[in-house]
Amino acid sequence: MNLLTVVLALPLAGFLIALLIPRSSPQSSRNWSLAISLVTFAAALGLLAWFDRAAAGEQFTVDLPWMASPDIHFHIAVDGVSLWLVLLSTFLTPICVLISWRFIQSRVKEFYAFMLLLEFGLVGVFMAQDLFLFYVFWEVSLVPMYFLIGIWGHERRIYAAVKFFLFTMAGSVLMLAAIIYLYNQSGTFSYRELLSMLSSGRLHFEPGEQLLLFLAFFIAFAIKVPLFPLHTWLPDAHVEAPSAGSVMLASVMLKMGTYGILHFCLPLFPSAARNCAPWIAVLAIIGIIYGALVAMVQPNMKKLVAYSSVSHLGFVVLGIFTFTQAGLDGAVYQMLNHGISTGALFAIVGLLYERRHSLAIEDYGGVATAAPWLATAFLVTTLASVGLPMLNNFVGEFLVLQGTALSNFTWTVWAATGVILSACYMLWLYQRVFYGEAKAEVRSHVFDLNAREYAAVIPLIVMMVWMGVYSQSFLAPVSKTTARVLDQTQVNVPFRVAIPQPQPAEVAHVR
Amino acid sequence: MSASVMPTSLDFVRFLPETILTIMGTLLMVVIPVLRRRFSNVFGHISLATLAAGIGAAVYANTKAGEAFGGMLSVDGFATFFRVLVMGVGILTVLPSYGFLRRQDAETGEYHALLLFSIAGQCLMAAANDLIIVFIGLEISSIASYVLAGYLRDDKRANEAALKYFLLGSFATAFFLYGVALIYGSTGTVNLTAVRAVVSGQNGPSPVFLGVAAALMFVGLGFKVSASPFQIWAPDVYQGAPTPVAAFLSAGPKAAAFAVLLRIFLTAFGPIGPGWEALVWVSALLSMTIGNFAALLQSNIKRMLAYSSIAHAGYVLVALTARSDIGAAAAMFYLAAYAFMNIGAFAVVSHLSGKGERFLNVDDFAGLGQKQPQTAAMLSIFLLSLIGVPLTGGFFGKFYIFKAALEQHLVWLTVLGLLNSAVAAYYYLRIMVMMYMHEPGEAVAQVEPLSPGLRAALILPALGTLFLGIFPTWVLEFAGKSAVFFK
Repeated sequence: MNLLTVVLALPLAGFLIALLIPRSSPQSSRNWSLAISLVTFAAALGLLAWFDRAAAGEQFTVDLPWMASPDIHFHIAVDGVSLWLVLLSTFLTPICVLISWRFIQSRVKEFYAFMLLLEFGLVGVFMAQDLFLFYVFWEVSLVPMYFLIGIWGHERRIYAAVKFFLFTMAGSVLMLAAIIYLYNQSGTFSYRELLSMLSSGRLHFEPGEQLLLFLAFFIAFAIKVPLFPLHTWLPDAHVEAPSAGSVMLASVMLKMGTYGILHFCLPLFPSAARNCAPWIAVLAIIGIIYGALVAMVQPNMKKLVAYSSVSHLGFVVLGIFTFTQAGLDGAVYQMLNHGISTGALFAIVGLLYERRHSLAIEDYGGVATAAPWLATAFLVTTLASVGLPMLNNFVGEFLVLQGTALSNFTWTVWAATGVILSACYMLWLYQRVFYGEAKAEVRSHVFDLNAREYAAVIPLIVMMVWMGVYSQSFLAPVSKTTARVLDQTQVNVPFRVAIPQPQPAEVAHVR
Repeated sequence: MSASVMPTSLDFVRFLPETILTIMGTLLMVVIPVLRRRFSNVFGHISLATLAAGIGAAVYANTKAGEAFGGMLSVDGFATFFRVLVMGVGILTVLPSYGFLRRQDAETGEYHALLLFSIAGQCLMAAANDLIIVFIGLEISSIASYVLAGYLRDDKRANEAALKYFLLGSFATAFFLYGVALIYGSTGTVNLTAVRAVVSGQNGPSPVFLGVAAALMFVGLGFKVSASPFQIWAPDVYQGAPTPVAAFLSAGPKAAAFAVLLRIFLTAFGPIGPGWEALVWVSALLSMTIGNFAALLQSNIKRMLAYSSIAHAGYVLVALTARSDIGAAAAMFYLAAYAFMNIGAFAVVSHLSGKGERFLNVDDFAGLGQKQPQTAAMLSIFLLSLIGVPLTGGFFGKFYIFKAALEQHLVWLTVLGLLNSAVAAYYYLRIMVMMYMHEPGEAVAQVEPLSPGLRAALILPALGTLFLGIFPTWVLEFAGKSAVFFK
């Protein structure tokens, strides 16, 4: 059996078995989901070990026919980008299990079952090479997250859960229409097949047609990213979700959007993507600055981190739409960085909430004296998040800005202000929460990390340092894949290439 | 097509399902006084056995496919599909009825006899290839279902429902009959194949006549499938009718009426397709939009499901608008998926409603997920399927329908239809929010444990929904093969 199938099947099997665990023994649910998610992560590490770093294409391919008519395949594979995203998902799931250990006390069985189903959906999204299968996983991952927010969330959880579901649903139905349209035109759902048809000219779209198809995909992804001005569901969902839900949402689910843009929008509709790039880049820059400014004034820690996500994801989108090697590499790297560092922020904020039962910044202060190791962990995460050199975000932001500078220097200037602003809001948050006089409630409630929490936090911090110091261990396969994406966006630009050609002839004719 | 042909034994084999249903229904009426109340479950058992035998007969008749009684019936894959579908709907209606009728102190044999008659009429509609037979089937099916809607005699709402359904239904049938008369007047025949031949011939009848006839028939059948703008009756009737009957009305008669609609419009009126396409286009869009937006505002679960069934009729009309064999196959698939998910949802409603159907509010579902996790999980499957989430039958149904529509370049209808289905997610989610995210209330406190009949009535459709969602090929291929109409 192919290792990739194992990585996909383990969470599903874990989910089905988790449903059978009796309700009366919540501890077995916890143990089971921790065990299965660790085994899944180990299997994913196996993927990494056997991944051929020299090759650019998809690896570990499994292609089984699912339905004859329409021709749908169970076709999964990973390339240099999706490999890391699969690893990220499987890496964070056990951490989420750990940070929910005490926090989730009601309906424990269902909680962990949904966590495993969510992992299945997310891993599937990054593996699917068949457009139909991709859509299936895309929607399947929606359902467990909806329940995680709606059942185990905070006060306004229902509003947030429904808003989350409807926003994503509204975007994805348009994508479904575009997928069906592509199928009717080409007769295949296979991503690889579509690309080869496009590059060989067997499949051709009129400019207007291509623009509409691009937008149908792009809006679905942009809602998920979320790109300004489609971001309004995000603060609600993040604030109301339980911390494990916030971590998965921020670290992995938002990446579904950026991954979708990189993997589908650019190669399938290159001309439309290039034509829309300036508009999208401007929206991304607005998102960077707007997210940072709004984050600065939040009185709620989770909301602050949520808006900082809007800002950070703006960098990713900007990097993608520079159409440069550095920009794309940076975007992918930033996706992973954001997954690690924002995941860590949400996890630690969740630990604080577990102790103090408040998310308001003003209820804290002086945590550093009460819980020094927790404060240290948060400090490293904060510094990573603001882009301190030697920590992970710096590499990604640098590459994105470098790529942006190659294509448009004005954008770079504006985007770089986001880096400065992020330092402002994050350090200010750190100062207000961790320094100062420790209040009585803080002193009596906020304890330092225990062994289980160390086990959850330390791997994240190790990754931040590793990714900041030795980025080449990650970037090599990424560059191979992004180079190919970039290639595809250049090979197939039918109407963009076609327009300049007649001009010299016309000029000659006039002369 | 002369009518004086002597029926052969083959004709009777092809007519076997209807024969079995009618004979057993009549027999049931006869034995009611004998068995009375002592063996109240016997009636249910008899009708289950009858329906199972009917399905067997329909499958057997399909092996001897062909026309019967001088071309009045056409027993083909299409007819078999719908015959099996409506009888399957019958089985899924009888199963939750045991407990429901017991709770309402209304266990009698008439209920089951009427159900069998109604299904016999729908089987006849599915196989009819002659407008007069269509009309007879329609009447048999409708009259029995008018009575079923008012089956709880002491209930004011049930009486209102029955009366409303009867009055408006009679008008609708009259419209249909007008259409038949116009067709007969202008073409000289009521046989669908023959009508097609005349319509597509050189000296065809006047297009005005044909157009009016098609429109009148669409009014009549549109009423039966609760397509907009003929949907006004549906919420009141569904709300008033006993819940299992409402479930039956939303799936059985609707499927049969769609079978007739597809057969008439794709066979007889196939040649004038471009003429009626716009009409159906508008009706499809109106049904989806009115159904979904009105459902957003409902607090009564039966009314909400009624509006949702209007919206779903709209999706099937999208498939008719596509005017292709693939569209017809998609409609068939969708109706099968819809039968499973909707009857399943109604079965949960009837389970929860309690004596005298007191608990019919969306709020009454509060906490069902904690009290009866299995019931709630199965209702979630039905609701996710109604929303159209992948790996459920409802998703593939929508997928095939909109695929067929896009193939015919109905881009706007597709986009509007898909956006509609995003709107619809909101009101289905409300039920899930209630079940899982609120504390149990009075309704959930009184709910009985699942009875074996009801358990079967939930598990079967749930498995069916998932089966159609994961392995749709089998049903779709059968639908694709059978949806080839005489051209």
